[in-house]
Amino acid sequence: MNVVTEQELAEFVAQTREPLSVRGGNSRRMAGRGAPLSVAGMTGITLYEPGALTMVARAGTPLAEIEAALARENQRLAFEPIDHSGLVGAPAAATIGGVFASNASGPRRLVVGAARDFLLGVRFVDGRGVVVKNGGRVMKNVTGYDLVKLLAGSFGTLGVLSEVSFKVMPRVETQISLVLQGLDDMAAVAAMSRAMGSPYEVTGAAHDPAAARTVLRLEGFEASVAYRSARLREMLKESGAEMTLLDEAGSDAFWCAQRNVAAFQQEVGDVWRVSCKPSDAPGLVQRAQAQAHLLDWAGGLIWVRLPAGSDLRARLGSFTGHATLVRGTDETKVRLGVFQPQPAAIARVSAAVRAKFDPKGLFNAGLMDAVG
Amino acid sequence: MQMPIPNADVIARKARVVARLLKVLPADAVIHAERETKAYECDALTAYRCPPLIAVLPSSTREVSEVLRICHEEGVPVVPRGSGTSLAGGALPTADCVILGVARMNEVIETDYDNRLIRVQAGRTNLSVTGAVEADGFFYAPDPSSQLACAIAGNIAMNSGGAHCLKYGVTTNNLLGVTMVMMDGEVIEIGGGYMDAGGLDLLGVICGSEGQLGVVTEATLRILPKPEGARPVLMGFDDNAVAGACVSDIIKAGVLPVAIEFMDRPCIEATEAFAKAGYPMCEALLIVEVEGSDAEIDHQLAMIMEIARRHNPVELRESRSAQESAAIWLGRKSAFGAMGQINDYMCLDGTIPVSALPQVLRRIGEMSEAYGLNVGNVFHAGDGNMHPLILFDANKPGDLERCEAFGAEILKLCVEVGGCLTGEHGVGIEKRDLMYVQYDAADLEAQMAVKDVFDPAWLLNPAKVFPLDASAARRVGALAAQ
Repeated sequence: MNVVTEQELAEFVAQTREPLSVRGGNSRRMAGRGAPLSVAGMTGITLYEPGALTMVARAGTPLAEIEAALARENQRLAFEPIDHSGLVGAPAAATIGGVFASNASGPRRLVVGAARDFLLGVRFVDGRGVVVKNGGRVMKNVTGYDLVKLLAGSFGTLGVLSEVSFKVMPRVETQISLVLQGLDDMAAVAAMSRAMGSPYEVTGAAHDPAAARTVLRLEGFEASVAYRSARLREMLKESGAEMTLLDEAGSDAFWCAQRNVAAFQQEVGDVWRVSCKPSDAPGLVQRAQAQAHLLDWAGGLIWVRLPAGSDLRARLGSFTGHATLVRGTDETKVRLGVFQPQPAAIARVSAAVRAKFDPKGLFNAGLMDAVG
Repeated sequence: MQMPIPNADVIARKARVVARLLKVLPADAVIHAERETKAYECDALTAYRCPPLIAVLPSSTREVSEVLRICHEEGVPVVPRGSGTSLAGGALPTADCVILGVARMNEVIETDYDNRLIRVQAGRTNLSVTGAVEADGFFYAPDPSSQLACAIAGNIAMNSGGAHCLKYGVTTNNLLGVTMVMMDGEVIEIGGGYMDAGGLDLLGVICGSEGQLGVVTEATLRILPKPEGARPVLMGFDDNAVAGACVSDIIKAGVLPVAIEFMDRPCIEATEAFAKAGYPMCEALLIVEVEGSDAEIDHQLAMIMEIARRHNPVELRESRSAQESAAIWLGRKSAFGAMGQINDYMCLDGTIPVSALPQVLRRIGEMSEAYGLNVGNVFHAGDGNMHPLILFDANKPGDLERCEAFGAEILKLCVEVGGCLTGEHGVGIEKRDLMYVQYDAADLEAQMAVKDVFDPAWLLNPAKVFPLDASAARRVGALAAQ
């Protein structure tokens, strides 16, 4: 089913009894099982106030359209949403609703926050077909419960987003990246931690062990970027690493590839995303016995490539954080679950919340339900 | 302000509830003598007072759990309390409730600079979180004006903001995890030292739920490295609209100030009379602060002043030293105190789209004349969070009611122009009955459904946030079910 208006969406949901696979562009291949329900036909930017840093758009608006409109005003989405399509082999365009429903954030999330931190307001249709709004279009809003956060990252399991309003940011004048060569995971995490603990406003901290390359991004006004990179270089001398700079174009290309996990796009096997304490990353990488891995968020995010069907969670055992199966066969996704099973108490609360919002169990049923 | 009729059965069972609480808490942590419970009769919304039935001061998560389990079994409403600095009546008791104060739980549990986080007990004050890490060059970003006194527990309950959230965000953007006790006594852990939720973002809905979903006893907070320095520039304009346009241009230019504060003429006049900060007498005054190294600050302030000059400021004063910075901030920081010298005042907290600023200030001026009450505006201009201060005389019959009616009209205006009722203070009892202005029945139903999950008997802070008629069936139904 492709709906084009919120009212049509509400009417359709109200009379539906069968499970629905809720998606925007389905560029992430994360939708659950059931009859496809797409909001990709609900498009259009309904409000854009560059001076107030806010935009409102219908959920099916292509991400590319949003980014083009922002670029015309020299603005951007600061949380730099990951484009999953290359990684999961989906030749589809992401929608802004999908970005927020999956809380899709990129490398800058480390400093500026995730998609959920930029989402100001939502309109959605719940499992009874009732239209609900929450939040608004202003940056500070504590009026009632923050269902905006609850909907962000709920992968369509609580309601189908029909409209989102969000905070945008000015583009920066320039960027460069400082590259440290030859560090192992442990040394790289230590260097990234030092950089993030400095006042030099690093906006990306990633490590590629295959190239033994640790990359730190600096953004802002040209003079400021030059000053901070010099200070950072001085501070990180003791790491013993050889240091070079990526210029604006090189830096931009690196972080674009990092954001979209380009390194794994052409490689076979499953891809997992592990969210953890940065300092735990080196140990977790050891336990994962990965074919390949990448560190982002100064170590707080590990991308892991494993042979198809491997159970990463079994290898990792108990740890502070969670592992999501981003790319795998349907069989593997069903067998292992896309999302990390939750502790019993949290799973019970989550299931009860879901039952309130979607009493017929229509939306991406079972996608986020695992208990462990 | 209407509050539910206290449950006489609960009040009649006071002795029994006290006896049960004394079995799980030390004697000095259970306050039940009437002259002593009076200390908890109100928070910072002092116009409304009601001593609680009992107040308890547990020292650990385990004790909080025991208290809640007993109250759950006895059907006693519980009002959680941080430091009692709520301006919205979030910690206002009812005569049949137990006040659960977390003030004794104020320890730092862990500081972890490698992962840039701190874990504290939730009764710890906001400023003392920064105090625990500043010697090592870190700070906790959300900085509500009450930060010397207010507790992290209350910050989480209200999703508190502050002057610097334009750059650093509010509490929800700096909260990584909590230990929370649910009304039935069950202890749950949500989040921790990692950056995003593993399932539904329950942390996101707990933050800002005004103590209605559970009692947060511990919190993991993001800490940030202190910037090398910060300096403001002060600018005056002879027109509110021009000041508003200047704010918009600064934001669009790609400079990201940590704060953009706005004061209007009535506020400037009151502040000058009180603090003598040397502010120019003009219609609108902006204080814009940026961070970085000295050279970076110079560069950003030069850009900002260049933008300001295009708007013909009547005054442009760049700080060149810590002393000059303090002088610029002096008036702004004394604004509330200055207004308080003149009269009693009510502080509002609506947020508007920045573009609506001139229109809203003009309408507030018209209403001020119609109501015959003076109003001064101080506000976080970068994010549109307004703090109109309405002056009234508490000793003059009818003045408080007129002031409340005026305040309600301002908040309705905020919603009408695309904003909201409260940007950082919370709904509490103060804005409870205005919720219909912003949300319709289905919107409120969805929010109340979340409370149904966490607290099916509606015992936690039950008379807050939602209009009493909207929550009535749930509160009465829960009572009947016991």
